[in-house]
Amino acid sequence: MKLARDLTCKELVELVTEYLEGGLTAAERERFEEHLGFCDWCVTYLDQMRQTLVAVGSLREDDVSPAMEASLLATFRGWKAR
Amino acid sequence: MDAEIVEALRAGDEAAFAMLVAQYGASMLRVAQMYVRTRAVAEEVVQDAWLGVLRGIGSFEGRSSLKTWIFRILTNTAKTRGERESRSVPFSALEGVDDEAAVEPERFQSEGRWAGHWAAPPSPWTDIPENRLLSTETREVVARAIAALPPAQATVITMRDVEGFDSEDVCNVLGITETNQRVLLHRARSKVRRALEDYLGDH
Repeated sequence: MKLARDLTCKELVELVTEYLEGGLTAAERERFEEHLGFCDWCVTYLDQMRQTLVAVGSLREDDVSPAMEASLLATFRGWKAR
Repeated sequence: MDAEIVEALRAGDEAAFAMLVAQYGASMLRVAQMYVRTRAVAEEVVQDAWLGVLRGIGSFEGRSSLKTWIFRILTNTAKTRGERESRSVPFSALEGVDDEAAVEPERFQSEGRWAGHWAAPPSPWTDIPENRLLSTETREVVARAIAALPPAQATVITMRDVEGFDSEDVCNVLGITETNQRVLLHRARSKVRRALEDYLGDH
């Protein structure tokens, strides 16, 4: 016997972030994963969200421009000489 | 770890400073750009923030991590500058966030036995080659989608998903609750996914 009715897809898409953040309670998580067990479309949606995060993460560039680095070092030397 | 760097900075160790710049400089620049209009101004903000870091390092007590402290100085500097440019991030207005859906409601069935289930389901992106998903063009789509977000959402997704901050750091730096952070992140991620779906749709 189920305590709560099944999640709908419309409800699931609103819980995706909490699911990925580990913010769901054990019971909510179970309902979420139960839905994924029978709904390939929501599995696809969750995959798309994971791929979205990979794409967003790819915007990261680690380098500051040499010009900026040089001017920051100049700031540092100015501060040190104060 | 923090303590050693703090000591080195206080002692005027340029290598320690250069290491911190290499570690956080690019992230600071992107976060600053959420608050001000141009890259040039963002660079000035980062410059001013570092000066604030150097001036304050003597009294840094380690109550937060060095990273959180540096980014708090950065966001305060950027906020002040953004207010002068009348482009402040309205974090105080967070409670009034609009009630927007992650997916357009018309993509779900509105009645019948399957009400609330997909009417127009998403198509898998699994057959899209990785190099397309990470191509320059796709990254531009993502960057534009983030730039089009309300500032608070743009700032949160940039810190979390571009720069890799954990949620606690984001809450500490921006002074928002965990719940607000998650709502902003959810809205932001959902909209970026939609932009990607529109763009990748006819693959």
